[in-house]
Amino acid sequence: MSAARPRRAFGLFALAIGLVVGVSACSTKRVTIDTDPNASITVFAASSLTGAFGEIGTAYAAAYPDAKVEFSFGASSELVAQINQGAPADVLASADGESMGRLEPGTKGAPENFATNRLQIIVAPGNPKGISRLADLARADVVFVSAAPQVPIGRYTQQVLAAAGVTAAPKSLEANVKGIVNKVVLGEADAGIVYVTDVLAAGSKALGVDIPGPVNVVATYPIAAPATSKHPDAAARFVAFVRSPAGQAILARFGFGPP
Amino acid sequence: MTRRRVGRSRPPALALLLAGLAVAFFALPFVGILWRMPWSRVGSVLSNGAVREALRVSLETSLLSAIISLVLGVPLAWVLAQFDFPGRSIVRALSTLSMVLPPVVGGVALFFSFGRRGLFGQYLDRWFGIRLPFTTAGVVVAQVFVAMPFLVLTVEAALRQVDPRFGDAARTLGGSRWTVFRRVTLPAVRPALIAGLVLSWARALGEFGATITFAGNLPGRTQTMPLATYLALESDPESALVLSLALIAVSFAVLLGLRDRWLGAPSGRASVAAP
Repeated sequence: MSAARPRRAFGLFALAIGLVVGVSACSTKRVTIDTDPNASITVFAASSLTGAFGEIGTAYAAAYPDAKVEFSFGASSELVAQINQGAPADVLASADGESMGRLEPGTKGAPENFATNRLQIIVAPGNPKGISRLADLARADVVFVSAAPQVPIGRYTQQVLAAAGVTAAPKSLEANVKGIVNKVVLGEADAGIVYVTDVLAAGSKALGVDIPGPVNVVATYPIAAPATSKHPDAAARFVAFVRSPAGQAILARFGFGPP
Repeated sequence: MTRRRVGRSRPPALALLLAGLAVAFFALPFVGILWRMPWSRVGSVLSNGAVREALRVSLETSLLSAIISLVLGVPLAWVLAQFDFPGRSIVRALSTLSMVLPPVVGGVALFFSFGRRGLFGQYLDRWFGIRLPFTTAGVVVAQVFVAMPFLVLTVEAALRQVDPRFGDAARTLGGSRWTVFRRVTLPAVRPALIAGLVLSWARALGEFGATITFAGNLPGRTQTMPLATYLALESDPESALVLSLALIAVSFAVLLGLRDRWLGAPSGRASVAAP
Protein backbone atom coordinates (compact mmCIF):
# COMPACT_ATOMS: atom_id res chain seq x y z
CA MET A 1 0.00 0.00 0.00
CA SER A 2 2.61 2.50 1.06
CA ALA A 3 4.67 1.79 -2.06
CA ALA A 4 1.83 2.03 -4.58
CA ARG A 5 0.20 5.21 -3.36
CA PRO A 6 3.11 7.61 -3.50
CA ARG A 7 3.86 6.30 -6.99
CA ARG A 8 0.34 7.11 -8.15
CA ALA A 9 0.54 10.49 -6.51
CA PHE A 10 3.79 11.11 -8.31
CA GLY A 11 2.17 10.04 -11.57
CA LEU A 12 -0.59 12.59 -11.13
CA PHE A 13 1.91 15.28 -10.31
CA ALA A 14 3.90 14.41 -13.43
CA LEU A 15 0.67 14.57 -15.43
CA ALA A 16 0.00 18.05 -14.05
CA ILE A 17 3.47 19.20 -15.05
CA GLY A 18 2.99 17.60 -18.46
CA LEU A 19 -0.28 19.49 -18.96
CA VAL A 20 1.41 22.80 -18.17
CA VAL A 21 4.31 22.09 -20.48
CA GLY A 22 1.95 20.84 -23.18
CA VAL A 23 -0.18 23.97 -23.05
CA SER A 24 2.88 26.18 -23.36
CA ALA A 25 4.24 24.08 -26.23
CA CYS A 26 1.06 24.63 -28.23
CA SER A 27 1.70 28.36 -28.38
CA THR A 28 4.93 28.03 -30.36
CA LYS A 29 3.45 27.61 -33.81
CA ARG A 30 5.38 27.56 -37.06
CA VAL A 31 5.92 30.95 -38.67
CA THR A 32 3.68 31.45 -41.67
CA ILE A 33 4.24 34.55 -43.77
CA ASP A 34 1.15 36.53 -44.75
CA THR A 35 1.76 38.90 -47.67
CA ASP A 36 -1.66 40.59 -47.51
CA PRO A 37 -0.97 44.36 -47.14
CA ASN A 38 -4.24 44.69 -45.19
CA ALA A 39 -3.25 42.02 -42.66
CA SER A 40 -3.76 43.01 -39.05
CA ILE A 41 -0.46 44.35 -37.63
CA THR A 42 0.80 45.27 -34.18
CA VAL A 43 2.94 48.40 -33.86
CA PHE A 44 5.26 48.71 -30.86
CA ALA A 45 6.05 52.38 -30.27
CA ALA A 46 7.92 54.45 -27.67
CA SER A 47 5.60 56.04 -25.12
CA SER A 48 6.58 59.52 -26.31
CA LEU A 49 4.82 58.65 -29.58
CA THR A 50 1.49 57.83 -27.90
CA GLY A 51 -0.35 60.93 -29.10
CA ALA A 52 1.20 61.21 -32.55
CA PHE A 53 0.85 57.52 -33.44
CA GLY A 54 -2.73 57.48 -32.21
CA GLU A 55 -3.50 60.11 -34.82
CA ILE A 56 -1.33 58.44 -37.46
CA GLY A 57 -3.36 55.28 -36.84
CA THR A 58 -6.59 57.17 -37.52
CA ALA A 59 -5.18 58.73 -40.71
CA TYR A 60 -3.85 55.33 -41.83
CA ALA A 61 -7.25 53.74 -41.29
CA ALA A 62 -8.81 56.51 -43.38
CA ALA A 63 -6.29 55.92 -46.18
CA TYR A 64 -6.59 52.11 -46.07
CA PRO A 65 -10.08 51.26 -44.75
CA ASP A 66 -9.45 47.48 -44.84
CA ALA A 67 -6.24 47.64 -42.81
CA LYS A 68 -6.13 46.92 -39.12
CA VAL A 69 -3.43 48.37 -36.84
CA GLU A 70 -3.03 47.84 -33.11
CA PHE A 71 -0.60 49.80 -30.95
CA SER A 72 1.40 48.87 -27.89
CA PHE A 73 3.18 51.79 -26.21
CA GLY A 74 5.99 51.50 -23.68
CA ALA A 75 9.58 52.44 -22.90
CA SER A 76 11.71 51.65 -25.96
CA SER A 77 14.03 49.46 -23.93
CA GLU A 78 11.05 47.50 -22.57
CA LEU A 79 9.55 47.03 -26.03
CA VAL A 80 12.86 45.71 -27.34
CA ALA A 81 13.07 43.27 -24.42
CA GLN A 82 9.53 42.08 -25.19
CA ILE A 83 10.34 41.52 -28.88
CA ASN A 84 13.50 39.63 -27.92
CA GLN A 85 11.25 37.40 -25.79
CA GLY A 86 9.04 36.68 -28.80
CA ALA A 87 6.36 39.40 -28.62
CA PRO A 88 4.55 39.57 -31.99
CA ALA A 89 5.59 43.05 -33.16
CA ASP A 90 5.26 43.87 -36.85
CA VAL A 91 6.68 47.40 -36.50
CA LEU A 92 8.97 48.91 -33.86
CA ALA A 93 9.28 52.69 -33.51
CA SER A 94 11.96 53.42 -30.92
CA ALA A 95 12.94 56.66 -29.18
CA ASP A 96 16.62 55.96 -29.66
CA GLY A 97 18.91 53.97 -31.90
CA GLU A 98 20.62 52.37 -28.94
CA SER A 99 17.48 50.52 -27.80
CA MET A 100 16.75 49.46 -31.39
CA GLY A 101 20.33 48.16 -31.55
CA ARG A 102 19.59 45.76 -28.70
CA LEU A 103 17.17 43.76 -30.85
CA GLU A 104 18.60 40.30 -31.24
CA PRO A 105 20.71 39.82 -34.38
CA GLY A 106 18.50 38.50 -37.17
CA THR A 107 15.34 40.28 -35.95
CA LYS A 108 16.53 43.80 -36.65
CA GLY A 109 15.11 44.47 -40.11
CA ALA A 110 16.28 47.72 -41.70
CA PRO A 111 15.78 50.70 -39.33
CA GLU A 112 15.14 54.10 -40.92
CA ASN A 113 15.00 57.41 -39.03
CA PHE A 114 11.58 59.06 -39.12
CA ALA A 115 11.57 61.83 -36.49
CA THR A 116 13.69 63.87 -34.10
CA ASN A 117 12.95 65.28 -30.68
CA ARG A 118 14.68 68.00 -28.68
CA LEU A 119 14.84 68.59 -24.94
CA GLN A 120 13.25 71.31 -22.83
CA ILE A 121 13.16 72.15 -19.15
CA ILE A 122 9.66 71.40 -17.86
CA VAL A 123 8.31 73.67 -15.10
CA ALA A 124 4.94 74.38 -13.49
CA PRO A 125 2.53 76.75 -15.31
CA GLY A 126 3.56 80.37 -14.73
CA ASN A 127 7.11 79.24 -13.86
CA PRO A 128 6.79 80.15 -10.13
CA LYS A 129 10.47 79.48 -9.41
CA GLY A 130 11.61 81.70 -12.27
CA ILE A 131 13.69 79.04 -13.98
CA SER A 132 15.22 80.47 -17.14
CA ARG A 133 18.43 78.53 -17.75
CA LEU A 134 20.08 75.20 -16.97
CA ALA A 135 22.13 76.69 -14.11
CA ASP A 136 18.88 77.34 -12.22
CA LEU A 137 18.44 73.57 -11.87
CA ALA A 138 21.35 73.56 -9.42
CA ARG A 139 19.70 76.15 -7.14
CA ALA A 140 19.08 74.95 -3.58
CA ASP A 141 15.41 76.04 -3.64
CA VAL A 142 14.66 74.11 -6.83
CA VAL A 143 13.54 70.47 -6.58
CA PHE A 144 15.01 68.93 -9.73
CA VAL A 145 14.13 65.41 -10.86
CA SER A 146 15.75 63.37 -13.60
CA ALA A 147 15.64 59.78 -14.86
CA ALA A 148 17.89 56.82 -14.25
CA PRO A 149 20.94 56.67 -16.55
CA GLN A 150 19.56 53.40 -18.02
CA VAL A 151 16.69 55.35 -19.58
CA PRO A 152 17.46 57.46 -22.69
CA ILE A 153 16.11 60.69 -21.15
CA GLY A 154 18.35 60.16 -18.10
CA ARG A 155 21.38 59.77 -20.34
CA TYR A 156 20.46 62.83 -22.43
CA THR A 157 19.95 64.93 -19.28
CA GLN A 158 23.46 64.03 -18.12
CA GLN A 159 24.83 65.01 -21.55
CA VAL A 160 23.01 68.36 -21.57
CA LEU A 161 24.10 69.27 -18.03
CA ALA A 162 27.68 68.24 -18.75
CA ALA A 163 27.73 70.31 -21.96
CA ALA A 164 26.43 73.33 -20.04
CA GLY A 165 28.87 72.76 -17.18
CA VAL A 166 26.05 72.50 -14.61
CA THR A 167 26.18 70.16 -11.61
CA ALA A 168 22.62 69.59 -10.37
CA ALA A 169 21.73 66.89 -7.85
CA PRO A 170 18.39 65.31 -8.78
CA LYS A 171 16.00 64.45 -5.93
CA SER A 172 14.82 61.37 -7.80
CA LEU A 173 15.82 59.30 -10.82
CA GLU A 174 12.52 58.32 -12.39
CA ALA A 175 11.99 55.13 -14.37
CA ASN A 176 10.76 56.96 -17.48
CA VAL A 177 10.09 60.41 -18.88
CA LYS A 178 6.41 60.30 -17.85
CA GLY A 179 7.59 59.98 -14.24
CA ILE A 180 9.41 63.31 -14.54
CA VAL A 181 6.40 64.99 -16.17
CA ASN A 182 4.06 63.69 -13.46
CA LYS A 183 6.27 64.89 -10.61
CA VAL A 184 6.32 68.41 -12.08
CA VAL A 185 2.61 68.42 -13.02
CA LEU A 186 1.67 67.21 -9.52
CA GLY A 187 3.83 69.94 -7.98
CA GLU A 188 6.25 67.66 -6.13
CA ALA A 189 9.17 68.75 -8.29
CA ASP A 190 9.96 72.20 -9.67
CA ALA A 191 11.81 71.20 -12.79
CA GLY A 192 13.07 68.37 -14.95
CA ILE A 193 14.45 67.87 -18.43
CA VAL A 194 12.07 66.14 -20.85
CA TYR A 195 11.29 66.03 -24.57
CA VAL A 196 9.65 69.05 -26.21
CA THR A 197 6.80 66.70 -27.19
CA ASP A 198 6.13 65.84 -23.53
CA VAL A 199 5.77 69.50 -22.57
CA LEU A 200 3.37 69.95 -25.50
CA ALA A 201 1.38 66.86 -24.46
CA ALA A 202 1.03 68.16 -20.89
CA GLY A 203 -0.93 71.10 -22.31
CA SER A 204 -1.79 73.81 -19.81
CA LYS A 205 -0.44 71.81 -16.85
CA ALA A 206 3.20 72.59 -17.65
CA LEU A 207 5.47 75.06 -19.34
CA GLY A 208 8.64 74.52 -21.34
CA VAL A 209 11.85 76.51 -20.96
CA ASP A 210 14.11 76.28 -24.02
CA ILE A 211 17.59 74.79 -23.80
CA PRO A 212 20.11 76.57 -26.08
CA GLY A 213 20.79 74.71 -29.34
CA PRO A 214 24.54 74.17 -28.83
CA VAL A 215 24.08 72.19 -25.59
CA ASN A 216 20.75 70.60 -26.51
CA VAL A 217 20.52 66.95 -27.50
CA VAL A 218 18.65 65.85 -30.58
CA ALA A 219 17.11 62.41 -30.13
CA THR A 220 16.63 60.52 -33.39
CA TYR A 221 13.74 58.04 -33.66
CA PRO A 222 14.25 54.95 -35.87
CA ILE A 223 11.44 52.73 -37.18
CA ALA A 224 11.74 49.19 -38.53
CA ALA A 225 9.77 46.07 -39.29
CA PRO A 226 11.47 43.32 -37.26
CA ALA A 227 12.43 40.33 -39.40
CA THR A 228 10.23 38.15 -37.15
CA SER A 229 7.07 39.90 -38.41
CA LYS A 230 4.58 37.56 -40.04
CA HIS A 231 3.03 40.38 -42.07
CA PRO A 232 6.02 42.04 -43.78
CA ASP A 233 4.01 43.71 -46.55
CA ALA A 234 1.45 45.29 -44.23
CA ALA A 235 4.29 46.39 -41.92
CA ALA A 236 6.25 47.96 -44.78
CA ARG A 237 3.21 49.93 -45.91
CA PHE A 238 2.68 51.32 -42.39
CA VAL A 239 6.36 52.31 -42.11
CA ALA A 240 6.12 54.07 -45.49
CA PHE A 241 3.00 55.92 -44.29
CA VAL A 242 4.78 57.19 -41.16
CA ARG A 243 7.63 58.52 -43.34
CA SER A 244 5.25 60.01 -45.94
CA PRO A 245 4.36 63.75 -45.94
CA ALA A 246 1.00 62.89 -44.30
CA GLY A 247 2.69 61.06 -41.44
CA GLN A 248 5.39 63.72 -41.05
CA ALA A 249 2.75 66.48 -40.85
CA ILE A 250 1.06 64.72 -37.92
CA LEU A 251 4.40 64.20 -36.16
CA ALA A 252 5.25 67.90 -36.63
CA ARG A 253 1.95 68.88 -34.98
CA PHE A 254 3.01 66.93 -31.87
CA GLY A 255 6.35 68.75 -31.72
CA PHE A 256 8.61 66.28 -33.53
CA GLY A 257 11.24 67.52 -35.97
CA PRO A 258 12.08 66.00 -39.36
CA PRO A 259 14.65 63.16 -39.34
CA MET B 1 -4.18 20.70 21.59
CA THR B 2 -5.65 18.47 18.92
CA ARG B 3 -3.58 19.02 15.85
CA ARG B 4 -5.14 17.57 12.73
CA ARG B 5 -3.11 14.69 11.45
CA VAL B 6 -1.26 15.73 8.37
CA GLY B 7 0.33 13.38 5.88
CA ARG B 8 -1.39 10.18 6.96
CA SER B 9 -4.33 9.94 4.59
CA ARG B 10 -4.04 10.54 0.89
CA PRO B 11 -5.98 13.41 -0.71
CA PRO B 12 -8.45 12.58 -3.52
CA ALA B 13 -6.90 12.26 -6.97
CA LEU B 14 -8.67 15.29 -8.45
CA ALA B 15 -7.60 17.54 -5.59
CA LEU B 16 -4.08 16.25 -5.94
CA LEU B 17 -4.09 16.95 -9.67
CA LEU B 18 -5.34 20.51 -9.26
CA ALA B 19 -3.01 21.14 -6.33
CA GLY B 20 -0.16 19.84 -8.48
CA LEU B 21 -1.10 22.30 -11.20
CA ALA B 22 -1.16 25.11 -8.64
CA VAL B 23 2.28 24.16 -7.33
CA ALA B 24 3.65 23.95 -10.87
CA PHE B 25 2.16 27.36 -11.64
CA PHE B 26 3.96 28.86 -8.64
CA ALA B 27 7.19 26.97 -9.12
CA LEU B 28 7.74 27.30 -12.88
CA PRO B 29 8.43 31.08 -12.93
CA PHE B 30 11.14 30.55 -10.31
CA VAL B 31 12.53 27.63 -12.30
CA GLY B 32 12.60 30.01 -15.27
CA ILE B 33 14.59 32.58 -13.30
CA LEU B 34 17.04 29.97 -12.02
CA TRP B 35 17.41 28.56 -15.53
CA ARG B 36 18.48 31.93 -16.95
CA MET B 37 20.53 32.94 -13.92
CA PRO B 38 24.03 34.12 -14.87
CA TRP B 39 25.62 32.27 -11.95
CA SER B 40 29.13 33.51 -12.72
CA ARG B 41 27.97 37.12 -12.26
CA VAL B 42 26.08 36.66 -8.99
CA GLY B 43 29.08 37.58 -6.86
CA SER B 44 30.06 40.66 -8.83
CA VAL B 45 26.49 42.04 -9.03
CA LEU B 46 25.81 41.53 -5.32
CA SER B 47 29.11 43.12 -4.29
CA ASN B 48 28.17 46.22 -6.30
CA GLY B 49 27.79 49.20 -3.93
CA ALA B 50 24.51 50.41 -5.46
CA VAL B 51 22.94 46.97 -5.06
CA ARG B 52 24.01 46.72 -1.42
CA GLU B 53 22.55 50.18 -0.81
CA ALA B 54 19.24 49.08 -2.37
CA LEU B 55 19.20 45.94 -0.21
CA ARG B 56 19.93 48.02 2.91
CA VAL B 57 17.18 50.55 2.09
CA SER B 58 14.76 47.69 1.39
CA LEU B 59 15.46 45.83 4.63
CA GLU B 60 15.38 48.95 6.81
CA THR B 61 12.19 50.42 5.34
CA SER B 62 10.29 47.13 5.16
CA LEU B 63 11.11 46.24 8.78
CA LEU B 64 10.10 49.70 9.97
CA SER B 65 6.90 49.48 7.91
CA ALA B 66 6.04 46.10 9.42
CA ILE B 67 6.58 47.47 12.95
CA ILE B 68 4.44 50.56 12.28
CA SER B 69 1.76 48.30 10.77
CA LEU B 70 1.87 46.24 13.97
CA VAL B 71 1.66 49.22 16.33
CA LEU B 72 -1.24 50.84 14.47
CA GLY B 73 -2.84 47.74 12.97
CA VAL B 74 -3.35 45.62 16.10
CA PRO B 75 -5.44 48.25 17.93
CA LEU B 76 -7.43 48.80 14.73
CA ALA B 77 -8.03 45.06 14.33
CA TRP B 78 -9.02 44.81 17.99
CA VAL B 79 -11.52 47.68 17.75
CA LEU B 80 -12.99 46.20 14.56
CA ALA B 81 -13.27 42.71 16.07
CA GLN B 82 -14.54 43.51 19.55
CA PHE B 83 -16.69 46.60 19.32
CA ASP B 84 -19.87 47.27 17.46
CA PHE B 85 -20.14 50.87 16.37
CA PRO B 86 -21.95 52.67 13.58
CA GLY B 87 -19.98 52.67 10.34
CA ARG B 88 -17.83 49.72 11.35
CA SER B 89 -18.19 48.05 7.95
CA ILE B 90 -17.20 51.32 6.27
CA VAL B 91 -14.11 51.62 8.48
CA ARG B 92 -13.20 48.01 7.70
CA ALA B 93 -13.60 48.52 3.95
CA LEU B 94 -11.58 51.73 4.15
CA SER B 95 -8.70 50.13 6.00
CA THR B 96 -8.36 47.37 3.43
CA LEU B 97 -9.02 49.47 0.33
CA SER B 98 -5.35 49.92 -0.49
CA MET B 99 -5.08 46.15 -1.04
CA VAL B 100 -7.17 46.35 -4.18
CA LEU B 101 -6.06 49.79 -5.33
CA PRO B 102 -3.45 49.71 -8.10
CA PRO B 103 -0.29 50.74 -6.18
CA VAL B 104 0.49 53.52 -8.68
CA VAL B 105 -2.92 55.05 -7.95
CA GLY B 106 -2.14 54.66 -4.24
CA GLY B 107 1.06 56.61 -4.81
CA VAL B 108 -0.79 59.43 -6.56
CA ALA B 109 -3.40 59.46 -3.78
CA LEU B 110 -0.56 59.84 -1.26
CA PHE B 111 0.68 62.82 -3.30
CA PHE B 112 -2.70 64.50 -3.05
CA SER B 113 -2.75 64.02 0.72
CA PHE B 114 0.85 64.02 1.98
CA GLY B 115 2.70 65.62 -0.95
CA ARG B 116 4.22 69.09 -0.93
CA ARG B 117 0.98 70.54 -2.34
CA GLY B 118 -1.21 67.85 -0.75
CA LEU B 119 -4.20 68.42 1.50
CA PHE B 120 -2.19 67.73 4.67
CA GLY B 121 1.30 67.70 3.21
CA GLN B 122 1.32 71.47 2.64
CA TYR B 123 0.89 72.01 6.39
CA LEU B 124 3.54 69.41 7.21
CA ASP B 125 5.84 71.42 4.96
CA ARG B 126 4.81 74.88 6.15
CA TRP B 127 4.61 74.19 9.89
CA PHE B 128 7.24 71.53 10.46
CA GLY B 129 9.33 71.64 7.30
CA ILE B 130 8.57 67.96 6.71
CA ARG B 131 8.51 66.81 3.11
CA LEU B 132 7.76 63.15 2.53
CA PRO B 133 8.22 62.75 -1.25
CA PHE B 134 11.76 61.81 -2.29
CA THR B 135 12.69 60.79 1.29
CA THR B 136 13.20 57.44 2.99
CA ALA B 137 10.26 58.35 5.26
CA GLY B 138 8.16 58.61 2.11
CA VAL B 139 9.13 55.04 1.20
CA VAL B 140 7.91 53.89 4.62
CA VAL B 141 4.64 55.81 4.22
CA ALA B 142 4.01 54.16 0.84
CA GLN B 143 4.84 50.72 2.24
CA VAL B 144 2.68 51.05 5.35
CA PHE B 145 -0.21 52.23 3.16
CA VAL B 146 -0.21 49.02 1.15
CA ALA B 147 1.07 46.60 3.82
CA MET B 148 -0.98 47.33 6.95
CA PRO B 149 -4.27 45.88 5.62
CA PHE B 150 -2.66 42.42 5.55
CA LEU B 151 -1.98 42.64 9.26
CA VAL B 152 -5.38 44.12 10.11
CA LEU B 153 -7.29 41.45 8.16
CA THR B 154 -5.29 38.54 9.60
CA VAL B 155 -5.40 39.71 13.20
CA GLU B 156 -9.04 40.76 13.11
CA ALA B 157 -10.11 37.35 11.80
CA ALA B 158 -8.18 35.66 14.61
CA LEU B 159 -9.54 37.97 17.31
CA ARG B 160 -13.08 37.08 16.25
CA GLN B 161 -12.28 33.41 16.84
CA VAL B 162 -11.13 33.96 20.43
CA ASP B 163 -13.68 32.64 22.89
CA PRO B 164 -14.83 35.73 24.83
CA ARG B 165 -15.29 33.53 27.95
CA PHE B 166 -11.52 33.40 28.40
CA GLY B 167 -11.42 37.17 28.70
CA ASP B 168 -14.50 37.26 30.90
CA ALA B 169 -12.98 34.70 33.22
CA ALA B 170 -9.77 36.68 33.47
CA ARG B 171 -11.74 39.83 34.23
CA THR B 172 -13.65 38.16 37.04
CA LEU B 173 -10.32 37.09 38.49
CA GLY B 174 -9.42 40.76 38.78
CA GLY B 175 -7.42 41.36 35.62
CA SER B 176 -7.54 44.87 34.24
CA ARG B 177 -8.63 45.36 30.65
CA TRP B 178 -5.01 45.92 29.57
CA THR B 179 -3.78 42.86 31.46
CA VAL B 180 -6.46 40.70 29.89
CA PHE B 181 -5.59 41.98 26.44
CA ARG B 182 -1.87 41.46 26.99
CA ARG B 183 -1.94 38.12 28.81
CA VAL B 184 -5.02 36.40 27.40
CA THR B 185 -6.15 37.86 24.09
CA LEU B 186 -2.77 38.54 22.48
CA PRO B 187 -1.27 35.12 23.28
CA ALA B 188 -4.39 33.50 21.85
CA VAL B 189 -3.88 35.18 18.50
CA ARG B 190 -0.10 34.94 18.47
CA PRO B 191 0.09 32.79 15.31
CA ALA B 192 -2.15 35.24 13.44
CA LEU B 193 -0.10 38.13 14.78
CA ILE B 194 3.10 36.59 13.46
CA ALA B 195 1.43 35.69 10.17
CA GLY B 196 0.07 39.21 9.74
CA LEU B 197 3.43 40.72 10.61
CA VAL B 198 5.22 38.51 8.09
CA LEU B 199 2.63 39.16 5.37
CA SER B 200 2.78 42.91 5.83
CA TRP B 201 6.59 42.79 5.92
CA ALA B 202 6.67 40.75 2.71
CA ARG B 203 4.23 43.12 1.03
CA ALA B 204 6.35 46.10 2.12
CA LEU B 205 9.53 44.42 0.86
CA GLY B 206 8.01 43.84 -2.57
CA GLU B 207 6.33 47.25 -2.81
CA PHE B 208 7.03 48.96 -6.11
CA GLY B 209 4.24 51.08 -7.60
CA ALA B 210 3.36 53.35 -4.69
CA THR B 211 7.03 53.74 -3.79
CA ILE B 212 8.27 54.85 -7.22
CA THR B 213 5.28 57.16 -7.59
CA PHE B 214 5.33 58.77 -4.15
CA ALA B 215 8.93 58.48 -2.98
CA GLY B 216 10.73 58.53 -6.32
CA ASN B 217 13.91 56.64 -7.00
CA LEU B 218 17.24 57.80 -5.60
CA PRO B 219 19.99 55.26 -4.88
CA GLY B 220 20.82 55.09 -1.17
CA ARG B 221 17.71 56.98 -0.13
CA THR B 222 14.52 55.79 -1.80
CA GLN B 223 15.74 53.12 -4.22
CA THR B 224 14.58 49.77 -2.87
CA MET B 225 15.35 46.36 -4.36
CA PRO B 226 12.19 46.19 -6.52
CA LEU B 227 13.00 49.61 -8.00
CA ALA B 228 16.62 48.66 -8.63
CA THR B 229 15.45 45.41 -10.24
CA TYR B 230 12.99 47.18 -12.52
CA LEU B 231 15.58 49.72 -13.67
CA ALA B 232 18.24 47.06 -14.18
CA LEU B 233 15.78 45.24 -16.45
CA GLU B 234 15.94 48.22 -18.82
CA SER B 235 19.66 48.00 -19.48
CA ASP B 236 21.12 44.86 -17.96
CA PRO B 237 18.55 42.04 -17.65
CA GLU B 238 21.17 39.65 -16.24
CA SER B 239 21.82 41.80 -13.19
CA ALA B 240 18.04 42.19 -12.77
CA LEU B 241 17.86 38.39 -12.49
CA VAL B 242 20.54 38.40 -9.81
CA LEU B 243 18.67 41.12 -7.87
CA SER B 244 15.48 39.07 -8.11
CA LEU B 245 17.33 36.04 -6.81
CA ALA B 246 18.54 38.02 -3.79
CA LEU B 247 15.01 39.23 -3.05
CA ILE B 248 13.54 35.75 -3.53
CA ALA B 249 16.20 34.17 -1.31
CA VAL B 250 15.67 36.65 1.55
CA SER B 251 11.86 36.43 1.39
CA PHE B 252 11.72 32.66 0.99
CA ALA B 253 14.10 32.12 3.90
CA VAL B 254 12.04 34.34 6.19
CA LEU B 255 8.67 32.90 5.12
CA LEU B 256 9.97 29.35 5.53
CA GLY B 257 11.72 30.01 8.83
CA LEU B 258 8.86 31.87 10.47
CA ARG B 259 6.26 29.35 9.41
CA ASP B 260 8.11 26.43 10.89
CA ARG B 261 9.07 28.24 14.03
CA TRP B 262 5.85 29.92 15.05
CA LEU B 263 2.95 29.10 12.82
CA GLY B 264 3.56 25.38 13.02
CA ALA B 265 2.85 25.48 16.76
CA PRO B 266 -0.55 24.07 17.63
CA SER B 267 -2.97 26.93 17.88
CA GLY B 268 -5.00 27.18 21.05
CA ARG B 269 -2.14 26.06 23.28
CA ALA B 270 -1.26 29.65 24.03
CA SER B 271 -4.74 30.49 25.26
CA VAL B 272 -4.62 27.91 28.00
CA ALA B 273 -1.00 28.57 28.86
CA ALA B 274 -1.83 32.00 30.21
CA PRO B 275 -1.48 31.87 33.98
